[in-house]
Amino acid sequence: MMDLVFAAGVGIVAACGVYLLLRMRTYTIVLGLALLSYATNLFLFGSGRLSIGQAPIFAEGTEVYADPIPQALVLTAIVIGLAMTAFVVVLALISNKELGSDHVDAGRDEEGK
Amino acid sequence: MPVAARPTKIATHRIVHEPQGCYTVANAGAQCTVWGSAMWLEFVIAIPLLLCWAPLWGSRVAGRNGAAWAAGGVTAMSIVALSQVAAPVLDGGIVLTRIPWMPTLGMDLALRLDGLALLMCTLVLGIGLLVVLYGRYYLSTFDRDDRFFAFLLLFMGAMLGVVTSENLLVLVVFWELTSVSSFLLVAFKNDKADARRGARRALGVTGLGGLCLLGGVLMLGDVAGSFDLTTVLASHDVIVADDRYPYLLSLVLLGVFTKSAQFPFHFWLPGAMSAPTPASAYLHSATMVKAGVFLLVRLWPALSGTTLWFVLVTGVGLTTMVFAAFVALFERDIKGLLAYSTISHLGLITALAGLNTTMAVVAAIFHIINHATFKASLFMAAGIIDHEAGTRNMDELGGLAKYMRSTAVLAAVASSAMAGIPLLNGFLSKEMFFKEAVEVGEVAGWALPVLATLGGAFSVAYSICFVWGVFFGPETGKLKTTPHPPPVWMQAPVWLLVALCILVGVVPGLVIQPALRGIATSVLGANTPDIEIHVWHGFNVPLMMSFAAVAVGLLLFAKYDALVRLKARFPRAPKGVRLYNAALSFAYRIARGITEVCYTDSLPRYIVLVVVSALVLGLSPFVGEGLDGFTAPSGLQAAELPVVAFVGVFVLGAVCTVRFRHRRFLALIMLSLCGLGTTLLFVELSAPDLALTQLSVELATTVLILLALYFLPEDSDREGSKARHGRDWAIAGAIGLGVTGLMYAVLSRPVSSIADYYIAQAKPYGGGTNIVNVILVDFRGFDTMGEVTVLAVAALAIAAMLENVRLIRRETTMGATVRSKDLHPFMLAVMTRPLLPLLLLVALFILLRGHNLPGGGFIAGLVTAVALALQFLSSGLRWTFERLQINYIAAVALGLLITLATGLAAMLFGQPFLTSAFTHVHLGPIEFELASAMAFDLGVFITVVAVLLIMMVRLGQVGEEKGEHQDEQPDQGKGEQKGASTP
Repeated sequence: MMDLVFAAGVGIVAACGVYLLLRMRTYTIVLGLALLSYATNLFLFGSGRLSIGQAPIFAEGTEVYADPIPQALVLTAIVIGLAMTAFVVVLALISNKELGSDHVDAGRDEEGK
Repeated sequence: MPVAARPTKIATHRIVHEPQGCYTVANAGAQCTVWGSAMWLEFVIAIPLLLCWAPLWGSRVAGRNGAAWAAGGVTAMSIVALSQVAAPVLDGGIVLTRIPWMPTLGMDLALRLDGLALLMCTLVLGIGLLVVLYGRYYLSTFDRDDRFFAFLLLFMGAMLGVVTSENLLVLVVFWELTSVSSFLLVAFKNDKADARRGARRALGVTGLGGLCLLGGVLMLGDVAGSFDLTTVLASHDVIVADDRYPYLLSLVLLGVFTKSAQFPFHFWLPGAMSAPTPASAYLHSATMVKAGVFLLVRLWPALSGTTLWFVLVTGVGLTTMVFAAFVALFERDIKGLLAYSTISHLGLITALAGLNTTMAVVAAIFHIINHATFKASLFMAAGIIDHEAGTRNMDELGGLAKYMRSTAVLAAVASSAMAGIPLLNGFLSKEMFFKEAVEVGEVAGWALPVLATLGGAFSVAYSICFVWGVFFGPETGKLKTTPHPPPVWMQAPVWLLVALCILVGVVPGLVIQPALRGIATSVLGANTPDIEIHVWHGFNVPLMMSFAAVAVGLLLFAKYDALVRLKARFPRAPKGVRLYNAALSFAYRIARGITEVCYTDSLPRYIVLVVVSALVLGLSPFVGEGLDGFTAPSGLQAAELPVVAFVGVFVLGAVCTVRFRHRRFLALIMLSLCGLGTTLLFVELSAPDLALTQLSVELATTVLILLALYFLPEDSDREGSKARHGRDWAIAGAIGLGVTGLMYAVLSRPVSSIADYYIAQAKPYGGGTNIVNVILVDFRGFDTMGEVTVLAVAALAIAAMLENVRLIRRETTMGATVRSKDLHPFMLAVMTRPLLPLLLLVALFILLRGHNLPGGGFIAGLVTAVALALQFLSSGLRWTFERLQINYIAAVALGLLITLATGLAAMLFGQPFLTSAFTHVHLGPIEFELASAMAFDLGVFITVVAVLLIMMVRLGQVGEEKGEHQDEQPDQGKGEQKGASTP
C-alpha cells in the first residue's frame, strides 16, 4: 500500500517537473529541473526498497538495515543536483542578459514563439 | 613451433637468444621462438612515435638542416634499436615480446619480429632515411619542412607498429594510425583544395577499410581463439572450416584492398598524389600501400588455400593489375602515371598472394622488395623533374636528358626494372609471377597467363612512355625555366636505390636469395619451397611471356597516338572517384536529414524529443511481455501515516510549484515545500544521511534561486496555445504514469542487493559504522572523487561565466513589492554573528562523526557553506570579505588535491588507488578510530564548501558594484528563514 503511495508521489512530481520543463521561460526550466531531480532521487532511493527505522548505521546485534547503496548514490546525486541547478540558474541569467529575454528560444528566430 | 612458455614481463634489455639447437634455416623446418624480454623491439616503434617532435625542435635550433638531421637522427636511433634485436631473427628465430595491456580483452602490446617483419622494418626505416635525405633538398623551410618530418616520423612509427604487431588488435590500432598520419602528410599543403580533398578521400577509403579490418580481425580472433598471430597462424584448419570464414575473409580483404588501393578502391591513391613527393615516394610506393599486401602475406598461412581466397584475391589483384596498367598508359602527369603503375604492381603482388602456392608467396615477398626499390627511386626522380623543370605534365616535358643526364639514366634504369627488363630486379619477380601464373593456369584456365602477359605489356608501354616523354622526346618549349641538374645529395638516394635494383637483378643468388629464404621461412615455416633465383632459366614459357610482353609493349608505344584516339571513341567508364563522391553526398544527405529532424534549435522541442524517446524506449521492453511479478511488496504494508503525510507534502509542493509558476517568489517557496517533503521522506524512510544532505542542499538552492530572481525579468504570460498545454500535459502525464508504474514494479519485486557485503565489511574494512559514508569515502571512493570533481567543474564554469559580468537588477519586484529600507537589519546581523561559530562547530561535529553516524564531508560542507552564506546575507558581501579572505578557486583545488593525495598515498604503500587504512587511537579516556578515509572526507568537505561559496558569492557579486545602496534586499527574508531552519 505504502509502495503505491510512494510510487504515485514520485510519478506526480516527475510529471510536474516535465510539464515545467516544457514551458518556455528559463525560470520554469529551473523549477522543472529541480522537481525532476527530487523525483529522480526518490526513485533511485526507492530502488533500495522502503523501510522504517532501519537506518544503515552498523550496530551490534542489528540484523536488518536499509540498503545503503542507493543512499550513497543518491547522496552524491543530491549534491550534484545542486551544482546543476546553480549552473542552470547562471545560464539563465547570462542568457537573459545576452538575449534580453528569458524566453528559452530567445536566441532563435521568431519561429520559436 | 613456438615454445609453450608464456613470455614474462620485461626483465632485461638483452634478448635471451640461446638457439638451443631447435631451429635451422636450411631445412626450412622448425623455427625457434625466442620468448624473450626485448625492450629494444618496443624501442624500434616507440622512438619515432615519441620523438616525432624532434624535427620541430631541430628546425628551431639549426634551421633547415636541423629539421632533417633530427628526423634522420631519430630514424637512425630506431635502426640501431632494430639492429639490437635483429640477430636472433637473422638466425631464423622469432622475437616475441609482450607487455600486458588489456588482458581481459585479449589485447596485449605484443610484438613480433620475424623474417617478414624484419624485412618490412628494414624497408620502412631504410627508405625512410633516404626520404629524409631527399626531402631535405626537396622541401624548403617555406614549406614548413619541420612539420613534414614530424608527420613522417609519426607515420614511420605507426608503420613499424603495423609490421611488428603480434596481436591483431594492436595491429589494427597501428593500421588506423597509419591512415591518420598519412592523412596529415597527404594534406600537408593544406592551403590547396585538391590536397585537402585528396587527403580526405584517402582517409575516408582507408578508414572505412580499417573498420572492416577491425570487424574481420574480431571474428578471426573469435574463431581462432586468440588475437595473437602465433595462435592465429597455427589455426588454419579451424579458421577455414568455420562457418564464419567467408565473412571474416571478406572483411579482412576489404581492409587489405582499401589500404593497398586495389580495384575498385584504387581511386584514392592518384588523389593522394597531392602529397609532397617525398611523402609519395615513402607512403605510396614503399610503405603504407604495402601494409595491405603485407597483411595478405602475414595472414597467408591462416586464411589461404581455399577457392574463395583464390577467386577474391587473385581476381581482384589481376583486375587491378591490368586495369591500372592500362590507365597508367594514358596518364600525362608523371606522378599520376607512377600512382597507377603502383596500383598495378600492388595488384600483381595481390594476385600472387592469391595463387595458393608457396612459391607465389615467395614471389610476392620478392616483388614487395623490388617494387619498393624501383618505385621509390622513380618517385624521387619525378620529384627531381618537378623541382627542376617546374612541371610534372608530360605534355610540357621532353628532352630533359640534355639537362640532367644522370637523372635520365637513373630513371631509365628504374623504369626498366618496373617494366621487367632482364638484369634488373623487376624482371626476376615478374618471371616468377609468370611462372606461377602458368602453373596455376594449367588448372584454372588460360586467362591467368594471358592477363598476366597483358599487364606486363602495358607495364612495358607506360614505362617507355614515361622515359621517352620526359627525357628523350622532343622538347616542347613550354618549360618556363631551364632545367638544372639536381643537387648531388638529392640524387644520392636515387643512386643507391637504382644500384640495389641492378645488384639484385644481376647477382640475385648472392644478394637476395638467402634473405628471401629466411623471410619466406618465417611466413611458410615447414612448407617453404626450395628457393633458387637465377637470372637465366633457359628458354621456357615465362621467358616467352616476357618477350611477348616487351614486344606488345613496344608495339603499344609505337602506336600510342592511334591508341589514344581509339580510347577516346569509347565511352568513359564511371570513375571510382565519382562513385565515391556520390556515396559521400548520399551519406551527407542522410546526415543532414537526421540533423534537421533532431537539431531544431528550440529547447522545448529538444525536451519533447528526449522525453518522448525516453518514454518509448522505457515502454518498448514491456510490449508483448506485459508486466507481472508484483509479488513481493516491501515491508511497509500497514498504512504508515507519516509516510502518507510526507508524500502529501512532497506532492503538494510540486503541484503548487506548477500552479504558481507565474508568481516566481511563491513558486520558489512551493519548490522548497517539495524539497521539505523529500527531506521528511528521507527522515522517515531510514535515510538520515540523505535527509541531512537534502535539508542543507535545499537551503543553498533557495538562496541561489533567490539571488537569481533578482536579475530575471518578471513573468510574462506568453506561454503558447491551449493545444500546446494539452500536449505538454499529455506528455507529462505519460511520464508520470510511467514513473509510477516503474517505481511500483521495482518496489514490489524481490530484492537482490549486494548491500549485505558492504554492511558486513563496513566496520572491519572501512573502520566505520555509517555504512553510507563508508561506501562513499572508501568502497566507492573513486566514484566520489569523480563526483566531487563534477562539482568543482560546475563551480569553475559558473565562476567563468560570471567573470566580469554585471547584471542589471529589476526595478520592481513582482508580487511583494515591499522592500525593506534597511539593507542589513541590525537585529539580523547581531543574531547571525554568534551563530557562525556555533554552526561551524556543528559542521565540524558532523564531519568528524560522519564515518560512524549520519554526517560526513558532503553534509558538513553544506552546513559550513550555509553558515558562511548567512554572514554574507546578513552583513553584506563587503563586510564578510574583509574578514574572510579566501581564494575559493584555490580552495577547490586544495580539496581535490587532498582527495587525490589520499588515494595516491595508498599507492605509496603498494595498495591500489584509494585503499583505505584505519587505526584505533586512544587519547586518554577517548577511544576512536582514525581512518585515512577521513582525510578523503576532509578533501570532499573543503571542495564542497568552496564550490558552494563560489556559486553563491559570485551570484551575489554580479549586481554588487552598481546598486550598492540597495544590496541583497530579497535575500534577507531568506536569511531569516534560514536562521530559523538551520539549527
